[in-house]
Parts: sequence; structure tokens; C-alpha cells
Amino acid sequence: MAQQSEIRYLTAPAIDVKKKKYCRFKKSGIKYIDYKDPEFLKKFLNEQGKILPRRITGTSLKYQRRVAQAVKRARHCCLS
Amino acid sequence: MNQYETVFILTPVLSDEQMKETVEKFKGVLTKAGAEIISEENWGLKKLAYPIDKKTTGFYELIEFNAAPETIKTLETQYRRDEKVLRYLTVKMEKYAAEYAAKRRGNKQAKVEEA
Repeated sequence: MAQQSEIRYLTAPAIDVKKKKYCRFKKSGIKYIDYKDPEFLKKFLNEQGKILPRRITGTSLKYQRRVAQAVKRARHCCLS
Repeated sequence: MNQYETVFILTPVLSDEQMKETVEKFKGVLTKAGAEIISEENWGLKKLAYPIDKKTTGFYELIEFNAAPETIKTLETQYRRDEKVLRYLTVKMEKYAAEYAAKRRGNKQAKVEEA
């Protein structure tokens, strides 16, 4: 039974690398999320069209609510 | 006098004149009710993300206007009465939305000049 340390990986395991998530709206200073351009909103939807949670996109609560509202309006107008 | 923007979708079955005429009708309703239209855009025929009463494409129309809150009620009753309108959405624009729309109109003009 090879000891744990004996196992050597070809490439270093990237489990512990924690990418610092940031809110793209605060960083780029976008104030208003427009419900009319679906391409921009698609970045926040997964393949089925569901809204991605904050822990994945890393947006702050204030902008996540605006994204959610914009996505729902876009869905109403058959855009996204 | 708040700033609003309204998007509505007309059925694709209509001919071109009927579409223009319905758009004019709604603009007339707005101006008669004392609204001041800022800008008006039509995106033409677009594919819908999901079919609305068996139709997969729709004629999109966007109108931005300043109006008193009561005019919205009259506008919406007009929308409900008209069966050519598949769907409509009127949104009150707050400060950032208005800035964004102004900027968007700016670069739309720029694009028109280039083209």
C-alpha cells in the first residue's frame, strides 16, 4: 500500500488554488443592467436559461437582484 | 412627468403597412394623452425565444417617452384591447436607466452616421 506521499502527480493538483471572485459590476462601474440586450444577460444564465447563483458568478447582492430583475423582464419579452 | 420605455411585440402575420399603422396608433394614443415621445426604435422581425400562441417570430417595437403616470393606464388598456399585440412591457426609467438610454441613443446615432 503506497504511502500517501509516495504518489507523485504529473501536474500539481489545483484544488487549493482559490480564485478571488469579484463583482464585475462594481469593478467596471456598470450602473444599469439593460434587459434589452440578451447577449450580456446570457453570461449570467446556464444552458437551460436558469439564473446562475452568486457563488458562481461572484456578483454582489445588489447587482444580483438587478440581474435577476432584468433577466425576468427579458424572458417576459421573449428575448433571452 | 416620469420617463418610461415601452416594448411591445406585434404578430408577424400583419403586412408592413398594418404594422406601421398600429405603431402610429399607439404613438397617437401617447401623444393624445399628453406624453412627449423621446425616441422610437423598431427592431423588426425577430425570432422569439419561445412561441407565443403558436407564433415563433414577432415584430418588436420600442418607444421611450415622458408621461404622467395616468397615461400608462390608458396605454395599457389600448394594448389589451388590440389583439395584434402579442405582448407588451412598460418600465419606469430611473436615473441610471435614463443615462444608459441616452448613451445608447448617442452611439446608435453614431452608428447611423457611419453607415
